Amino acid sequence: MTISHHLDDATLVAYASGNLPEAHGIVVEAHVAMCQACRAGLRQAEGVGGAVLADQMEAPVSDVCRSATLASLDAVLVQSPRAKTSQGEVPLVLSRLLNGKPLADLAWKKKAPGFSMFNIPTSKGSKTQLKLLSIKPGAAIPEHGHGGEEITLILKGAYRDHMGLYQAGDVADLDEDVEHTPIVVGEEVCICLVAVEAPTRFKSIWARLAQPFVGI
Amino acid sequence: MAFSALTMAEQVRNQSAPDHLAELLSRVAQSRDRGAFAELFDHFAPRVKAFMMRKGSNAEQAEDLVQETMLAVWSKSQMYVNERGSVATWIFTIARNLRIDKLRRDKAQLYQDIEDFDAPDGKIGADEAMGRSQEDNYVNKALAQIPADQRELLILSYVEDVTQSEIALKLNLPLGTVKSRMRLGYQRLRKILEQVK
Ligand SMILES: [Zn+2]
Repeated sequence: MTISHHLDDATLVAYASGNLPEAHGIVVEAHVAMCQACRAGLRQAEGVGGAVLADQMEAPVSDVCRSATLASLDAVLVQSPRAKTSQGEVPLVLSRLLNGKPLADLAWKKKAPGFSMFNIPTSKGSKTQLKLLSIKPGAAIPEHGHGGEEITLILKGAYRDHMGLYQAGDVADLDEDVEHTPIVVGEEVCICLVAVEAPTRFKSIWARLAQPFVGI
Repeated sequence: MAFSALTMAEQVRNQSAPDHLAELLSRVAQSRDRGAFAELFDHFAPRVKAFMMRKGSNAEQAEDLVQETMLAVWSKSQMYVNERGSVATWIFTIARNLRIDKLRRDKAQLYQDIEDFDAPDGKIGADEAMGRSQEDNYVNKALAQIPADQRELLILSYVEDVTQSEIALKLNLPLGTVKSRMRLGYQRLRKILEQVK
């Protein structure tokens, strides 16, 4: 898999420090599972976290916590190193969220001709939404500004916008003020995993999506 | 050098030196050495607790997460790969993952550990092997060298529980500005670290 669009450094830092909203974190994990460059980048960002942890903070821990931990060691299963790779259609983190269902078997909701959506539930407290979009070749996504942090990972197919060609594995991690008009290219249906903040704003963006679909 | 020749300060420094921590962890991995584990606990537990509290846990929740983190260290000690980074970084990622896991827990989904996306053959890419050259104290020295507004944003991200959108709101800046400042600071930091290599 050749990946040409990667995660923003600001996103890697936010993920490394544990501050990325839930849905965005899942998209990051899915991309990182496919992308060696971002895997290395993430390790670097985590190194900064390690340094901050090592040097900048300390809070005394109670004796109860210490003795309870030491007393629990025997009950802990020791894990041995093992190779963990999945050969699935989608990265493991996503397939777990889909309960192992193939993309084709999901209960897709048709939103417009050539455009369907599937909502992936996130935890109750999360202020983010995770969606799968399925868009047929030739269909265009109308120009829209991004509301809040939005990250899109292409799982299948391809689309093109003024930033270039996005193919499976590529991620569009753009600032909110970047306008773009992706058009699905090639023969295959394009399936993307999208994390968005601010659901109200999201609705307004995708509501505008409904009309100007071309193609099938 | 004879042990007795070391000053008290040097002894303390040596005990928390990255090499010493890696040695402790390898004793845990190879022989389930409880003394070594207790030393790791005493070094890292207060740091993990502080991290959890800065990220919004109360003292009790923070100690629960300390216990979970340190038990994971015991359980996963054989998975630590020295070339990938310091022990502090490894424990930091375990702690962070457990915290994220807790936040996500009201759904059945379990957090995918960092090891899950390791290469199948365990080989380490050239840029992944930052290892010894990128010791923690270099990072802190490097942090001191970047412009204050960028440094604050970076440290804020690592020690506080705030998303970039929340930082933008708090500082009354556009999200794009926060992201580009974060990016600049982080890239500068990386450049400094590469020169140290
Ligand atoms: Zn990447």
